[in-house]
Amino acid sequence: MSPDALTPGALTPGPLTPGRLAAAAALVVIALVPFAASDYVLHIGIQILLWAFIYTAWSMMGRFGLTSFGHGAFLGIGAYGPALLWNYLGVTPWLGIPASMALAVVLALVIGYPSFRLRVVGHYFALVTLALSQVVLLTLVAAREITGGSLGMTLNVVHSWYALQFADKTTYYLIAVVVWLAGLAVWHWIDRGIERVALDAISEDEIAAASAGVNVMREKLRVTVVSAGLTALGGAFLTQYIQYVNPEVVAGVSVSLQIVFAAIAGGMHVLLGPTVGALFTIVLNESLRVLFGTHFIGAANTIYGILLILFIIFMPQGIVGLIAGISARAVRRPPRPAEAPAAGQ
Amino acid sequence: MDIFLLEAVLNGVLLGGVLALLALGLNLIFGVIDVVWICYAELMMCGMYAMYWLYAFYGVPFIAAAVVAILVVALLGVLLHYLIIEPVLGSAPINQLLATGGLLFFLQSFATLLFGTDFRNMGIRLPLLELGDIDLSFARLLAFIVALVGAGGLYLFLTRSFLGTAIRAISQDREVMGLMGVDARRVYLLTSGIGGGLAGLAACLLVLQYDVHPFIGNSFGPITFMICVLGGLGNMIGGFLAAFIMSQIISVGGYYFSIEFSYVLAFLLFIVMIFVRPQGIFGR
Repeated sequence: MSPDALTPGALTPGPLTPGRLAAAAALVVIALVPFAASDYVLHIGIQILLWAFIYTAWSMMGRFGLTSFGHGAFLGIGAYGPALLWNYLGVTPWLGIPASMALAVVLALVIGYPSFRLRVVGHYFALVTLALSQVVLLTLVAAREITGGSLGMTLNVVHSWYALQFADKTTYYLIAVVVWLAGLAVWHWIDRGIERVALDAISEDEIAAASAGVNVMREKLRVTVVSAGLTALGGAFLTQYIQYVNPEVVAGVSVSLQIVFAAIAGGMHVLLGPTVGALFTIVLNESLRVLFGTHFIGAANTIYGILLILFIIFMPQGIVGLIAGISARAVRRPPRPAEAPAAGQ
Repeated sequence: MDIFLLEAVLNGVLLGGVLALLALGLNLIFGVIDVVWICYAELMMCGMYAMYWLYAFYGVPFIAAAVVAILVVALLGVLLHYLIIEPVLGSAPINQLLATGGLLFFLQSFATLLFGTDFRNMGIRLPLLELGDIDLSFARLLAFIVALVGAGGLYLFLTRSFLGTAIRAISQDREVMGLMGVDARRVYLLTSGIGGGLAGLAACLLVLQYDVHPFIGNSFGPITFMICVLGGLGNMIGGFLAAFIMSQIISVGGYYFSIEFSYVLAFLLFIVMIFVRPQGIFGR
């Protein structure tokens, strides 16, 4: 893969470059997968795409130093909201999903506004959001009369576009591709916009950014709201696909940390980083599961845990960050004469 | 006063003892080394497994098993610092949080791999104490008393011994203590050992009340961080008192509503407190 394909530039319309051609070819391959692959491969593919979307949504704020340990809260709301509305009131997910996204956004504002106003940053912000995900998890468990508590809840199955449920995996897969691409587009839009410069400045030095005229509050709230809403959307599609939802899987500390780690493992500063994080973690998990069988429950996650520690220690920029860094260095190696003196400063 | 409410209050006090012990350990680590061990409750889980295997499986006497378990977890604490914290000591605080988060994943899944997801019970049934109409669990009372003794011992160590003084000094001024000839690295390793040991002690006490399983840390970890922050991160006396406030909310809230809603209340209180008094209830 050329470095161009890894950078957001690959998405802007413009002249054809090898990078854009590679991206277009990759897209065609991804779209053609359902016509060649087995149901099992499709199943894995759908999960990778949906989780990639969720990790991408997390990295929209994570990359600016807003390390949320509470995205399980938004994911849980997205996963449960449409399911509850559908099962009990017969409300179509077409309304249920926007409603839950709105709820996630409101929650993000309720937590985000005071956090940003009072400059709750770093691990204090991580702990506040962690507490938030616990609140959502425990509320879901406590409301066991309607949510089924820790046993989870099964979606009433009606195969139709109205119910957003389908008998075949191909439709889900194509929806997942569209959702994933939309996530990348939003990431790209944030990355290209003037906000990105402002947000980078904020994550470097908040006070300096504010004195330079950046509206710190508005910029932070904006990415937080987008990130929370999209995470809820991802949770909703996961439930629509699996047709079963369990509080421990979609809310709480474990999934919140899982989101953080996968995004970081892939690399949260590059467009495809979170996607590679999803690809890497899910493929690793699946292959270890196939390799060891169900006899060794936990083997996959044990190796996963070790890798995470090694990632944080040795390559905090993530897989894609590392590859992009190496290839950028390889490209830059023969310094042009005009640049050479500048490098010495 | 309602007799059941009184029972809930007393149980809350007893629960507070063990939570205070956990909060003390985490606060010690934070105050001295300036890192948050997000996997602290998972170290405790390791101690509980050590207790289970030694006592229930190999038949080691309880006290001997407890000593071994405390030493094992203390050693884990030292290893955690040596292998994971030292390499990231200079990086952003959030990276340190994430590195110990990776260890959390590792310990939970490694325990699942080794022991499965079964709930394991020590097979010890301690009697109920009857005070008039109130039933109190003897295991909880014992845990409360030992936790207080442990906290007192830590206090004496930190205030009366040379090493303890060095630990407190380094938490006040990292740079100057190096110039004064204190080897920060040794102090950090020692502190990690003590922090681990406290988790081990908590494990020995909790194993009498709860079954061991790989995810037991999820029930104690988050609430322990909240307690530490509520008391002011690094402020050991604050954390100690905050443990009793949190345990009252959980216990009395559980009496009025359900146990989950009482935890929801505790976490909501935490969120509000961070906005109202980010330095903690007892911070200045």
